[in-house]
Amino acid sequence: MTAPLLQVEDLKVDFSTRNGIVRALHGIGFTLHAGETLGIVGESGSGKSVTSLAVMRLLDRAGRIAGGRVLFQGRDITRAAPGDLRSLRGAAMSMIFQNPRAALNPIRTVAQQIMDVLRAHRRIDAAEARQQALDLLKAVRIRDPERRMSAYPNELSGGMCQRVMIAMAIACEPALLIADEPTTGLDVTTQKVVMDLLAGLTAERGMAVILITHDLGLAARYCGAIAVMEQGRIVEQGPTEALFRDAQHPYTRRLIAASPTRRSTLADLAQGAPPVEPVSRPPPPPGTGPLLEVQKLVKLYSGTRAVDDVSFTISAGGSLGLVGESGSGKTTLSRMICRLIDADGGDVVFQGESIGHIPARDFHKAPQRRDVQIVFQDPTDSLNPRFTAFDSIAHPLRRLEGMRDGSALTARVTEAASRAGLEPALLGRFPHQLSGGQKARVGIARAVAPRPKLLLLDEPTAALDVSIQAVILQLLDRLRREDDLALLFVSHDLNVVRMMCDQMVVLQAGKIVEAGPSMRVFEAPGAEYTRTLLDAIPHFEPNAAPADRVDA
Amino acid sequence: MSATVAGTRSTTQHILFVLRGNPVTAIAATLVTLLVVIAILAPWLAPYDPIASDVPSALQPPSAAHWAGTDQLGRDIFSRILLAARLDLFIAVSAVGLSFVVGAVVGGFCGYRGGRLDRWVGRIVDVLMAFPLFVLAMALVAALGNRMENIIIATAVINLPFYTRFARAEVNVRRNSGWVEAARACGESHMMVVLRFLLPNVLPAMAVQISLNLGWAILNAAGLSFIGLGVQAPTPEWGIMVAEGARFITTGKWWLVAFPGLALMLTVLGFNLLGDGLRDILDPRMRT
Repeated sequence: MTAPLLQVEDLKVDFSTRNGIVRALHGIGFTLHAGETLGIVGESGSGKSVTSLAVMRLLDRAGRIAGGRVLFQGRDITRAAPGDLRSLRGAAMSMIFQNPRAALNPIRTVAQQIMDVLRAHRRIDAAEARQQALDLLKAVRIRDPERRMSAYPNELSGGMCQRVMIAMAIACEPALLIADEPTTGLDVTTQKVVMDLLAGLTAERGMAVILITHDLGLAARYCGAIAVMEQGRIVEQGPTEALFRDAQHPYTRRLIAASPTRRSTLADLAQGAPPVEPVSRPPPPPGTGPLLEVQKLVKLYSGTRAVDDVSFTISAGGSLGLVGESGSGKTTLSRMICRLIDADGGDVVFQGESIGHIPARDFHKAPQRRDVQIVFQDPTDSLNPRFTAFDSIAHPLRRLEGMRDGSALTARVTEAASRAGLEPALLGRFPHQLSGGQKARVGIARAVAPRPKLLLLDEPTAALDVSIQAVILQLLDRLRREDDLALLFVSHDLNVVRMMCDQMVVLQAGKIVEAGPSMRVFEAPGAEYTRTLLDAIPHFEPNAAPADRVDA
Repeated sequence: MSATVAGTRSTTQHILFVLRGNPVTAIAATLVTLLVVIAILAPWLAPYDPIASDVPSALQPPSAAHWAGTDQLGRDIFSRILLAARLDLFIAVSAVGLSFVVGAVVGGFCGYRGGRLDRWVGRIVDVLMAFPLFVLAMALVAALGNRMENIIIATAVINLPFYTRFARAEVNVRRNSGWVEAARACGESHMMVVLRFLLPNVLPAMAVQISLNLGWAILNAAGLSFIGLGVQAPTPEWGIMVAEGARFITTGKWWLVAFPGLALMLTVLGFNLLGDGLRDILDPRMRT
């Protein structure tokens, strides 16, 4: 066996923060040979990204390699001079970042940016660099590459930007490519295309790849070996199949259990949580209409129909999943139902009353405001940075129920918080002092505090780690059962929708392509688009044949 | 606003932390605090009557009896500087306060609503900024009359464009935040979203502007008085003192100009240096 391409030995990284020195990596080690693909999986804060930055020697000023070493092609680069590192980066090792749009320079064209990389490391003239850039764009299969050469990043979709990033990363044929959450924020179908492309290109060129991801399914599908990180340590590593088949470390097991698969149920996700008793609800007395009726809703954005003639109903205590990719109109639709924006056609009927005709700007005065509440996608973004958790949860009570400060308000806030699983001790904290999961709970507590009848959930777990997602999903399910709360669950994740909802509506480009009971849609999709969506989800099947895997 | 629960750093601790990490802010804060204390206590601190002339002891250099010397009418310059701090600070704080409140509210609504209102206000602000600002202030005082209220109004008007633009830009960035939508879902009206949600979040960034502006406003008020369009003699005011003293500088009577000038300089410096530190103190996200 030849010498490994990359050897990380007992690497320790410290960060100096306001509260003293914090150790981010507690001596990790792994080995990577040329052409191999290693997946580093773990939840936020586990040190995945710090690992990649330390290997690239791109840690910011607060970070410092405190011990251990990184051998790249047999050379110790932990103490290499900045000049040597510059020639290594881009040429021998390169990186793909999480947010492609942010990583590209907005004021330079695609061609210029790829040429910059090429000319930084090779002595070639502009014409030659241009030709190579064009070849690279063809390699990453950008449609109409000649025309795209002069495009600016804002003219390209997220998937296209990531392809440009990949083109830049492989431009100088590096031996090692580090991809840090390369497809987070992309649609599942785009993710599949981008990842297949990445796997194919690196395999062709014999590059070694480190794939950093929180998505076990993705790692299982594209990596030969996997290292599981928790709190700055690698708790377990080994070949992918063996690791998934026979996980040794409890954390790995927990992570595997929490990742939704084709067949998992809510109870599977959070092991050890008390089982949820199915509540049998008496059938609604005849004659009562549905809780929510969406009738032929239309929303136009500068001529295009973002939401096009969408109708569905939700019964009291029922649950409906709204599935689609970005641009399918699912968020616009949820905002219209929540009466935050006005529709251009159609109506929303809530408990037999039309609320679609109340202008969104006046809806805050409508009595239905407290009955229709929403939990937003990004828990960080949806909390006022200057409100404590208490104030955020108390806000709807103050506004919608006219409650004043006092023991009654405190009691209601504490009750809502405890129903959302938020410890009372955390109520005095500001959002930046809370973790992602805690912030999500504040968002849920705020939405359930005024005791709504319909709760809209806009990708409530998209920004969360899988283990937290599992807990939050269970929590939502319990709220629904206990309070007879109807849920409208907006998500791109079919697995999650299948577990949470009785009914499912699949949207594409503003139109309903399929609707029906979620089990039926999931097991036997009628529309071609639904099938594409389902196939694109990177499942890992601990016991499935490895044929599903694309080996790099 | 609500019960504070253990787990957060106290405000005092936080302020101390910021000051310790940033000695320049600490010096600036001391300077500004000192100035405010002087302004409040000036009538009791001043050793002499700042207006009473005492011609026999005119134009005396600094001495133990008169720390900053005396002017052409024998008035104690030190006492006059102390009293002038009060007036200048009052003018600056009122003017900046006025332009901040008006600018933040107008800019905040423009940034939130956008559309025609925003375009119109934007153009008016552009027109206002097209004037040389000090000349505009001079014109305003000349037109409105040579009174303190008018100096305040003139200074406020020339500061207004900065606040309006600043608030507009900052609110515009945040108006699509999730927490603004969440506030709407909680039944908040548009007006309250701007006043209770957006503007408080813009405040830390604006505090920097306010601090820088205070120094500038003091300079502006002194400048107006210096050219005779401000507070009238014999009221002690730094600008007038420098203006009156300038006549004697050729004969070597440097203290008439130097001490009021020094007071002016230290004040402006103090406010300018305070700006950055203030942002760190006011932003709750810095409080980890």
